[in-house]
Amino acid sequence: MSTTMTDKIPVTVLTGYLGAGKTTLLNRILSEPHGKRYAVIVNEFGEIGIDNDLVVGADEEVFEMNNGCICCTVRGDLIRIIETLMKRKGRFDAIIVETTGLADPAPVAQTFFVDQDVGEKARLDAVVTVADAKWLAARLKDAPEAKNQIAFADVILLNKTDLVSAAELREVEARIRGINPYARLHKTQKCQIPLAEVLDRGAFDLERILEIEPAFLEADDHHHHDHDHDHECGPDCTHDHHHHGHHHHHGGLKHYHDEEMQSVSIAHDGDVDPEKFMPWINDLVQAEGPNILRSKGILAFAKEPKRFVFQGVHMILDGDLQREWKPDEKRLSRIVFIGRNLNEDALRQGFLSCVA
Amino acid sequence: MPAAPVQTLVDRVTTLAFDRYVLKAGFLGDELLFVFADGGIQLGREAAPLHPHADAILVAAHAGTRLVTGGDDGRVVETGPDGRTVELGNEKGRWIDAVALGPEGSVAWSAGKTVTTRDGKGKVKTLIAPSTPQGLAFAPKGLRLAIAHIDGVTLWFPNADAEPERLTWKGPHLDTSFSPDNRFLITSMQENQLHGWRLADKGHMRMSGYPAKTRSWSWSHDGLWLATSGAEAAIIWPFAKDGPTGKAPRECGIRPAKVTAVAFHPRALVLAIGYEDGWVLLVRLTDASELLVRAGGDGTPITALGWDRDGKRLAFGSESGGAGLLALPV
Repeated sequence: MSTTMTDKIPVTVLTGYLGAGKTTLLNRILSEPHGKRYAVIVNEFGEIGIDNDLVVGADEEVFEMNNGCICCTVRGDLIRIIETLMKRKGRFDAIIVETTGLADPAPVAQTFFVDQDVGEKARLDAVVTVADAKWLAARLKDAPEAKNQIAFADVILLNKTDLVSAAELREVEARIRGINPYARLHKTQKCQIPLAEVLDRGAFDLERILEIEPAFLEADDHHHHDHDHDHECGPDCTHDHHHHGHHHHHGGLKHYHDEEMQSVSIAHDGDVDPEKFMPWINDLVQAEGPNILRSKGILAFAKEPKRFVFQGVHMILDGDLQREWKPDEKRLSRIVFIGRNLNEDALRQGFLSCVA
Repeated sequence: MPAAPVQTLVDRVTTLAFDRYVLKAGFLGDELLFVFADGGIQLGREAAPLHPHADAILVAAHAGTRLVTGGDDGRVVETGPDGRTVELGNEKGRWIDAVALGPEGSVAWSAGKTVTTRDGKGKVKTLIAPSTPQGLAFAPKGLRLAIAHIDGVTLWFPNADAEPERLTWKGPHLDTSFSPDNRFLITSMQENQLHGWRLADKGHMRMSGYPAKTRSWSWSHDGLWLATSGAEAAIIWPFAKDGPTGKAPRECGIRPAKVTAVAFHPRALVLAIGYEDGWVLLVRLTDASELLVRAGGDGTPITALGWDRDGKRLAFGSESGGAGLLALPV
């Protein structure tokens, strides 16, 4: 019974704080003429188009797995609903899970890694977070849920940009980047966005984790930015592009450091020893799992021609050898963490002690 | 690894193909029965399927001449061997998560946290469970319902005013079943194990070691054995005397594929076993002899198995709608 990645039904998780525009995005996804049919798992039935789609009400029942790992929570209702939906394959092409505004995305994501039956039939595609350009900055101060949703995201829609000034927009974008520099960020009004930017992202697919670079270094896709990089290193610099000083400018963005939630990126220009790295990363997520929301890495293992790629959600790690390093490719080992109160020095020392 | 079974019943199987997920296979009275996840109910080999629900059938329970289905239209419907249907309940569009048949025409279902019982006279009672139940089971005698949920089971006498009783064990419980002698209550759990309680003293029993969740089980006709799915053999626990505590289970039909469905013969210690690769075997417990019923077919997991009341015919169906009818030599 082998099911390849492509046979599995993709699942997009839609999060966002109350009023950010999740339902607007959902309606946009459902109403565009893409010819796809969705099964939509919603927390409460709202005004959503349901012509060709299956809409299922869920009750966000989160429980802890009985495996001694306190942050290993899953959504029991999702397991039940997805198992049932899978008996009607052919009725839909993809699943969208809309969470409540106050939900933590982690239990939803973990469900796909922890439950064997769900994991065999469905794959998590991406966590998409809709954020309100006007109110996000305030919510990041007073609502831990909003911060979790930003930290966890693979794709962020910074929505309602028409309600803020250019300066305010820049400010909130910098706040987001201070927490999560890796997500794809799109500035939208009424969640207007090409659906390909939201769906079928393969964010949890090891085959598609090609590189891990802070996304703000990429060319901004459809918004003008002043590209006057007042940045002191050359285009080939490989040092970490954040966390070296506050209020540092990238592409015109202020560099903020969130006191609670940060990202840490560590690179080593060369190989690491898998005999050292694997126990280190496993022990690390066991001990620090509750604080580490997301982790990713692309590593050059000594004497291994292939790249080792991993990604994780709290204590759950998923890793595998991927394609071979290309002859002209620099064997670079890089890991990133997004989490709460991360001890950057300890992480750096730990990782560098795994160097081959 | 034992050699492939030499004895075969393959030539006594009529192959059927439905091209949709088979939720239940068996007999309604004497009539061959298949229930499909897409909403169809097939009675007999020839008739066009009935569609008593607006769309899909999510859950089904059947015994003797009774078939009760719950749909994503929120309706609970009973279908008789003559094809007549009666609506027993309507939860207004909410998914029906579980159904169970009880004694004297009683039935229970749940939608979200709301559990409803309806006795043979049509009297309806409801209870709000602590979390969304996945499994419901009536006790063999009296109107008593076990409701499996997170962190345990609620035992409810719908006709009594007393507070429901709670059996606790941490973790999410899935399906539940009383032993036929009413001495034990069993649940399957999210963490690939079974839990059990001795009802007399609420003593715990843990039955673990499964590589996958147990989603199919069956009591032997004498009530002394419980066969279960979830491993690369049918795991059969002894329930004579004090139950399985401290005893090893029997493992029958060992193959390099997980068991997905089991059904005991109604009169003999013979177990029908369906596997994830579409195989079906019969195994006799007394000497572990094996008979081949289906060597894979379409290769998708067996999802349903059911004997007729005399144990002369066995119906089976798979995830992709591959199905068959075995007629045993008399």
